[in-house]
Amino acid sequence: MAAPFPFTALVGQDELKRALVLTAIDPRIGGVLALGDRGTGKSTVVRGLAALLPPIAVVAGCPYRCDPAQVRAACPMGCAERHTAAIAPVPVVDLPLGATEDRVVGALDLEKALTRGEKAFEPGLLARANRGYLYIDEVNLLEDHLVDLLIDVAASGENVVERDGLSVRHPARFVLIGSGNPEEGELRPQLLDRFGLAVEVTTPTVIAERVEIVRRRDAYEQAPGAFLARFEPEQAALRARILAARDALADVAVPEARIEDAARLCVALRTDGVRGELTLVRAARALAAYEGADEVTLAHLRQLAASALRHRLRRDPLDEAGSTARVARAVVEVFGPPPEPHAAGNGARDPAEARAP
Amino acid sequence: VSAPPDAAPPTGDAPPPDPTDALALLAIDPAGLGGALVRGPADPRRDAWLAALRTAITAATPEAPWRRVPLHVTEQRLTGGLDLVATLAAGRPVAERGLLAEADGGVLVLAGAQRIAATTAAHVGAALDTGATGDTLGGLGGGMGGGHPVRIAVVALDEGRPDDDERAPAGLADRLAFHLDHAHLDHASLPDAVPDTRAIAAARALLPHVTAPDDVIAGLTVTAAALGIASLRAPILALRAARAQAARDGRTTVTVADARRAAALVLAPRATRLPPSEPTDDAPEPPPDGEPPPPDGELPPPPDGEPRQPDDDRAAAPDDRPLDDLLVETARAAIPAGLLALLSAGGPPRTTRQPASGRAGPERRTAHGGRPAGNRPGDPRRGDRLDIVATLRTAAPWQPLRRSGPAPDPDAGTARRLEVRRADLRVRRFVHKAGTTLIFAVDASGSAALARLAETKGAVELLLADCYVRRDEVAVIAFRGARPDLLLPPTRALVRAKRALADLPGGGATPLAAALDAARDLALAVRRRGRTPALVVLTDGRANVARDGTRSRVAGEADALAAARLVRAAGIPALVIDSADRAGRQDPGPQRQAAALATALDARYVALPHADARGVSRIVRAELTGA
Repeated sequence: MAAPFPFTALVGQDELKRALVLTAIDPRIGGVLALGDRGTGKSTVVRGLAALLPPIAVVAGCPYRCDPAQVRAACPMGCAERHTAAIAPVPVVDLPLGATEDRVVGALDLEKALTRGEKAFEPGLLARANRGYLYIDEVNLLEDHLVDLLIDVAASGENVVERDGLSVRHPARFVLIGSGNPEEGELRPQLLDRFGLAVEVTTPTVIAERVEIVRRRDAYEQAPGAFLARFEPEQAALRARILAARDALADVAVPEARIEDAARLCVALRTDGVRGELTLVRAARALAAYEGADEVTLAHLRQLAASALRHRLRRDPLDEAGSTARVARAVVEVFGPPPEPHAAGNGARDPAEARAP
Repeated sequence: VSAPPDAAPPTGDAPPPDPTDALALLAIDPAGLGGALVRGPADPRRDAWLAALRTAITAATPEAPWRRVPLHVTEQRLTGGLDLVATLAAGRPVAERGLLAEADGGVLVLAGAQRIAATTAAHVGAALDTGATGDTLGGLGGGMGGGHPVRIAVVALDEGRPDDDERAPAGLADRLAFHLDHAHLDHASLPDAVPDTRAIAAARALLPHVTAPDDVIAGLTVTAAALGIASLRAPILALRAARAQAARDGRTTVTVADARRAAALVLAPRATRLPPSEPTDDAPEPPPDGEPPPPDGELPPPPDGEPRQPDDDRAAAPDDRPLDDLLVETARAAIPAGLLALLSAGGPPRTTRQPASGRAGPERRTAHGGRPAGNRPGDPRRGDRLDIVATLRTAAPWQPLRRSGPAPDPDAGTARRLEVRRADLRVRRFVHKAGTTLIFAVDASGSAALARLAETKGAVELLLADCYVRRDEVAVIAFRGARPDLLLPPTRALVRAKRALADLPGGGATPLAAALDAARDLALAVRRRGRTPALVVLTDGRANVARDGTRSRVAGEADALAAARLVRAAGIPALVIDSADRAGRQDPGPQRQAAALATALDARYVALPHADARGVSRIVRAELTGA
């Protein structure tokens, strides 16, 4: 398979790219939901992600890619007892629409059962996505029984298989990435909630941007090697920055006042539960780490409020008013008007922060 | 010389889209262009086009495979995996290559693309994107078959009729360069048009060296935007087509003429709106000929030899838009007549319908998930789940007998091997609670006065909100004036439903009988898809249009009752919501047409003011969906 289109060569779709980078820094932020038009490069962005991320250390031969540094006793392969380390790329697994439950969950290995009479588990897509990304294109058209299954696994980080006389549980921690066109069908609120960040992807309207997209795509297809080489410095720089941000993540301070800010925003928007402020604060911390800031500022919260909250609003299903606009309004109401653009940059103090103790 | 948008037939020096072009370009760059979507019924012209394509492609690469994918293809056959029956017979794992991998380097023909399963479309789309197969079907010998190269052209045969709304999945169509209409195939004498082998081979060799000037790239992109094509795959595919065209003509640089032909072939059929009218009137002057294109695939005037600069006088200005204008004009001229009429009427572009999955019938839906309900003999290759325990239990009593017989494969056979035959296979059955599709037939006629129409809309919106919670599908048929309109095909996208309702005007006659017929047809179609239809009729029952379209209150009401009895005979549960005003309803007996209608339908009858919108919603839930 040819090397995917480089992540950094993608023109536009900044919010989606930022959301993916943040989940690469801190997978606990949760999944990313990209809703928007067809043919806007959603799949390309996601498929480019794997090549961008640095490879991970895994236990050789373990289908669940256990981390040799912290082997879980729960691994059914017995990685806890003995293992040899290896390096593998971060998995980005496609879950095709209409996949069977067997294929997603895993099932009895028929080959072994029928030819050797062995009862063995054949891991499914959930196992393959462990420690990586599970990508579902047209997630809004996914069949209900698969949605139910994903909701459960995404929440627990573990896939429990009780079927065909098998009783297997294995780790399935992945970042769920969904894309789809909301015009073609709605997502169930329970599944929406599993996505940490939601971004709206629109087809670029600036002609120059569209032309540049086509031009780069053309260059990539004509000479993939040269194109990849051209963007390798940028890829390496972004990779290094993500790695640095991962290291810095634990040291980023989250002032109590910022947590309160996030909570006040969620109260103003009447989001269900506390997952909203939790995700907002986590994403803001990852963004601070990415920007090299020491602590989370109000500016970080402002930037991420829409991504973290727009899909959590309790909504009238027929409400056409964009939830993005509602979040933006609430941000202004709760945090005050945004500071002057030149002050909003990295490290600048948001004047509204002065109010907070 | 700017022509009015609805001027037809489109002429000009623009090369009209010619299926021969599509064919030659596909033969030159099959995998790069993705393939073609061919709309229209199966007929000799289509067969001729397919045969010509096959000849052209096999002429260039004699071993190029040509695989036809039937509608009922199983996921495993498509992607490959463990061949269970062969494995059992041989006693060792036998892998099966999928159709996708088998078609590598050749063509995959999708028959009946308008009814293709979502799974099939998803796999083909992913293969077109990545050029390789994904993973094999789980539970059937994993680790086999993933990552095979799949460099294919896909020919999707879409036999959807214009009046029903079945279409090839939009996600698939978006990835195929050419969208050919039946009308396109009309004026081509294809058998003569097959490009000769050496030309194709030469073009293929040249293709990697073809460069595209920047202004061509920009021009195609701008043109796509001007035609309202949101997807960026369109200009990318158009650029590929332009490249292939340049290679076809033996050039290493894409010319304006190549780009124009690509715009006509790739961009025009995708137009969702007419480009803004010419700002200046120096649009390319159509040559006076207006004669039909040469049918035998020889090149129309402009492209051959030294490409002429179309607008030499303006070539000096760096920021001129002549190329864009030229391309837009070319594409506009090539928009198929039917689409052109639709667009210039301001009508909606062909909206993509929701690619429903599991469309082949109830069995398909129930094979995969739901509550387990026993097992039955079957073949897991059809996509059913093998019930391994039941299979072994079935095979167990026969073991002594089978072991004493000759082993099917002495090399693999050991005394301990379990002998499982095809007849032993048991597959699981599932009970899947079929979803409900609520069909709203909304009376928007003049007799349902405007105030009542608003009330009706309010009730429907509440019902829609309710459907959202229950994950029901909804469809809306509105009737007023001459005939009923399917405002919204079955969908879960409630925003669309709301929009469709909001745009619904009121006034006109009441073609109730035709509306009930349409609702019945839709309900039966829904049932064929394995869902449960239920009908909600919001009307005052005062029909005044007969089935044959004549205005007559007596015949209209009689026909309406007859249509209602047909609905009842089909066993479709129904609810009538009477939207007549109070005075009308208080009249005894014959004035209560809606009540009579309810009786004919064997439906529950509700009068709107008594049951407010919330009450109606409750009744629908109780009466129709059993929730």
